[in-house]
Amino acid sequence: MTSAASDHGAFSSPRARGLLRRRVVSVIMIVLTCVAAALAVVPLVVILAYLFKQGASALSFGFFTHMPKPVGEVGGGMANAILGTLILIGLAAAFGLPIGIGAGLYLAEHRGTRLANLVRFLADVLNGLPSIVMGIFAWQFLVKPFGHFSALAGGAALGAMMIPLVSRTTEEMVRTVPQALREAALALGYPRWRTSLQIVLRTALGGIVTGVLVAVARVAGETAPLLFTAFGNSFWSTNLRQPIAALPLQIFTYAISPYDDWHAQAWAGALVLIGLVLVISVTARFVTRARHGGGHG
Amino acid sequence: MTFPSPDSTPPRPSTPEARAFPTISLGLPSTAATRQGPARRMPSIEGSVLADRIYRLALLFFALCVPALLLLIFIEVGRAGWPALHEFGFRFLTSSTWDPVKGDFGAAPAIVGTLLTSFIALVIATPLALGAAIFLSEFSPSWLRQPVSFFIDLLAAVPSVVYGLWAVFFLLPLMRTGVMPFLRDTLHLGATPFFSGPAYGPSVLSAGMILAIMILPYIAAVSREVLLAVPRAQREAALALGATRWEAITGAVIPYARTGILGGVILGLGRALGETMAVTMVIGNRHEISASLFAPGYTMASLIANEFSEATTDIHISALMAVGFVLFVITLVVNGIARWMVSRMGAEVHA
Amino acid sequence: MAAAETVPMPDTSAPDAMVAMRCLALNAWFGTTHAVRDVTLDFPAHEVTAIIGPSGCGKSTLLRCLNRMHETVPLARVEGRVLFHGQDIYADGVDPIALRRHVGMVFQRPTPFPTMSIRDNVAAGLRAQPGVKLSAAAQDEVVGRAPREAALWDEVEGRLKESATGISGGQQQRLCIARALATSPHVLLLDEPTAALDPISTQKVEELVYELRKVMSVIIVTHNMQQAARVSDRTVFMLMGEMIEMAPTRKIFTTPTDPRTESYITGRFG
Ligand SMILES: Nc1ncnc2c1ncn2[C@@H]1O[C@H](COP(=O)(O)OP(=O)(O)O)[C@@H](O)[C@H]1O
Ligand SMILES: [Mg+2]
Repeated sequence: MTSAASDHGAFSSPRARGLLRRRVVSVIMIVLTCVAAALAVVPLVVILAYLFKQGASALSFGFFTHMPKPVGEVGGGMANAILGTLILIGLAAAFGLPIGIGAGLYLAEHRGTRLANLVRFLADVLNGLPSIVMGIFAWQFLVKPFGHFSALAGGAALGAMMIPLVSRTTEEMVRTVPQALREAALALGYPRWRTSLQIVLRTALGGIVTGVLVAVARVAGETAPLLFTAFGNSFWSTNLRQPIAALPLQIFTYAISPYDDWHAQAWAGALVLIGLVLVISVTARFVTRARHGGGHG
Repeated sequence: MTFPSPDSTPPRPSTPEARAFPTISLGLPSTAATRQGPARRMPSIEGSVLADRIYRLALLFFALCVPALLLLIFIEVGRAGWPALHEFGFRFLTSSTWDPVKGDFGAAPAIVGTLLTSFIALVIATPLALGAAIFLSEFSPSWLRQPVSFFIDLLAAVPSVVYGLWAVFFLLPLMRTGVMPFLRDTLHLGATPFFSGPAYGPSVLSAGMILAIMILPYIAAVSREVLLAVPRAQREAALALGATRWEAITGAVIPYARTGILGGVILGLGRALGETMAVTMVIGNRHEISASLFAPGYTMASLIANEFSEATTDIHISALMAVGFVLFVITLVVNGIARWMVSRMGAEVHA
Repeated sequence: MAAAETVPMPDTSAPDAMVAMRCLALNAWFGTTHAVRDVTLDFPAHEVTAIIGPSGCGKSTLLRCLNRMHETVPLARVEGRVLFHGQDIYADGVDPIALRRHVGMVFQRPTPFPTMSIRDNVAAGLRAQPGVKLSAAAQDEVVGRAPREAALWDEVEGRLKESATGISGGQQQRLCIARALATSPHVLLLDEPTAALDPISTQKVEELVYELRKVMSVIIVTHNMQQAARVSDRTVFMLMGEMIEMAPTRKIFTTPTDPRTESYITGRFG
């Protein structure tokens, strides 16, 4: 660019050379961005391909129906961990959704107030909170006082992690509901609370479901908050007051073990976990599309 | 007060005269209300006003849960870490001793390890992510843009324990047999202290690598969105002035988008600082500060993940809590700085 | 009505029973914007009253003071009194929600509830009433009646269970009118109800308004003077928040008293 500027105003050959150089630089940089894109995508492709290769060979029907086997015995599955993860997701939703959606509604209906701005900022901070910190907090608050690990503590930790995501999407989605619809409901004699829940929230529901699914997909794979709360359990347990198995925990335990059988199980577990996350994410996309496709006036 | 019940609403009159004396109550003990026939008590006024008030309070309660939760985490983790912070004082941040047996704790290696791995991750991931984002938003044919974008979004959703699993069985062997010898011997970087020593695999460098792979999709996704949001006119104006395509991007598009891109980078940094599982699985877990990136190390998150369930003494637990507290504060500060920078640059753009 | 004597009475004061709504020294603000200035006037029962005036003169605001919708806007404020069949709707203890069931409202753009079927839209106002479980028969009665009154029945008869967003804009607007009629209001407020409609739909709504006066009082804000002339018995002319003149529609369009009214009607401003 500098050479172009100095040659300004003349059809001299240096100017032509400058232009040529600029063109060459441009082409080189464009090629470099292609390379960057390829370099960015390659490891990701490798990860997924490797995961499918390793996971598929270790995965069997029994994986879903059998309990883990002790070291040395072949076979076994993660039935308890799969169930445990589903239970933990349910608990997380039970803890996180009311608060997340309620806070999101508050943010949407009190936009611009100082408290709303503060809550929104703190939700962002909470979103950036390292999950391991959430884990030790939940241990200190929900495990230590009771003297034992529990599914409830794990579910609460995951639920807390859902709050910021759910509240932000709820706010965004509720904001897209036209003010006219609110006014129409009020003018019909709807109390504010029914306007908010039955008209506004219901109209925004599609988008909120998407946000909830994204949040669920995110906490479904979380491990760190469960290390010291749900803790893991090698037995079949549905008792919420007792430690409970979870897929990510099981994958972690097996991955860092020295046994090949367990490594294979870890790969199978990872494939199932990814499958779960993928199904949830694709459902979220589907919900979003259905909502936009439906279209309302 | 008396109210008409809805089913006692007068039947629809057919002539104007019939409605000349409407019997309506708005909840007032007014003349009109006394004129009307048998009226039943209905909680119409108090009912709806009270319900609205309850609803308002419920939403306020849910909203206040967010600050309350954050405050509670701050207080609980801080309180639990206080004995260690109090006993070791400033030395907790600067000392490299971590001796659960003697009960002497200093978190410097974990703090340095956290900052170092995150730095490596940013250095590797940012240019690649930016390049990928620029390619996707500016040069990619449209049939490629959708699937690649979808793929990148999906990778942001892969759980970190799965990245860790892959790293243990794929990345570590690759580092041990390929990348590390290449850096040390082929490039002769082994002459510097940073790339010297035996190549075991588990190391600060490996942790930085896996973090880079993990945060890349975040940075790329945010940057791509931001770049796509830059108005067409911005590019066309630069091209019309005779800029090459690349000059249009560096001169007109990037300045416009830098605030958002920076936000994406900082988001990635936040992820990297707090990332636990994948790092724990590849960093080697040794409490030492070493100049060489080939040496094993620790991060704050992996230190907690690794030792917490085995900690038996109160002071050991407290020390781990204190590490968590320091990590919390560091991420708070990073988030705060990010927001401040973003708002400052935002103001600049508008000025 | 002892208190009513202490405030100015409208020029055209009629016997109370003939007045649907009466504004006494009504003022309304949005923050510091004084949108309605000292308006005192009567809306006669069983008549159609049109409110005309240039854009931004406060027509909508005046209308929204009549069912207490004005106060739903942040920073909005009202002073003065509005009597609805003799009762001050701004008195302590009046429930705006109960009031709004007696004073229905339809807006400029159709606002069907997108998550509800046509049928549910019609019944929405009834279902909103607290503490009442509406019987299926009562709902059926309303769903059979209101769309007929709104001249919509023929067009939606077979599709009551379909989404309310699937019908045309004109049909949606008549659905909103049907929804407002379902609660059997005594007064219907229409804020430029045909502004977003095509001519044929507009004609249908106008015919409907003309019919409605038999069973209720209608107050219609309109931008369109021909429309006011076609549908209304009386016309109110507003300018910059003030009520300039109220007179029988024929009179206002032929021999207005105020020169400003004449200017507006002859197209000199607005
Ligand atoms: N929501 C609002 N906030 C602030 N000012 C408003 C709002 N709505 C209307 N106004 C102002 O109040 C005045 C009257 O508005 P309006 O009653 O809507 O006029 P009209 O319906 O006659 O066009 C205008 O000056 C307008 O700018
Ligand atoms: Mg208006």
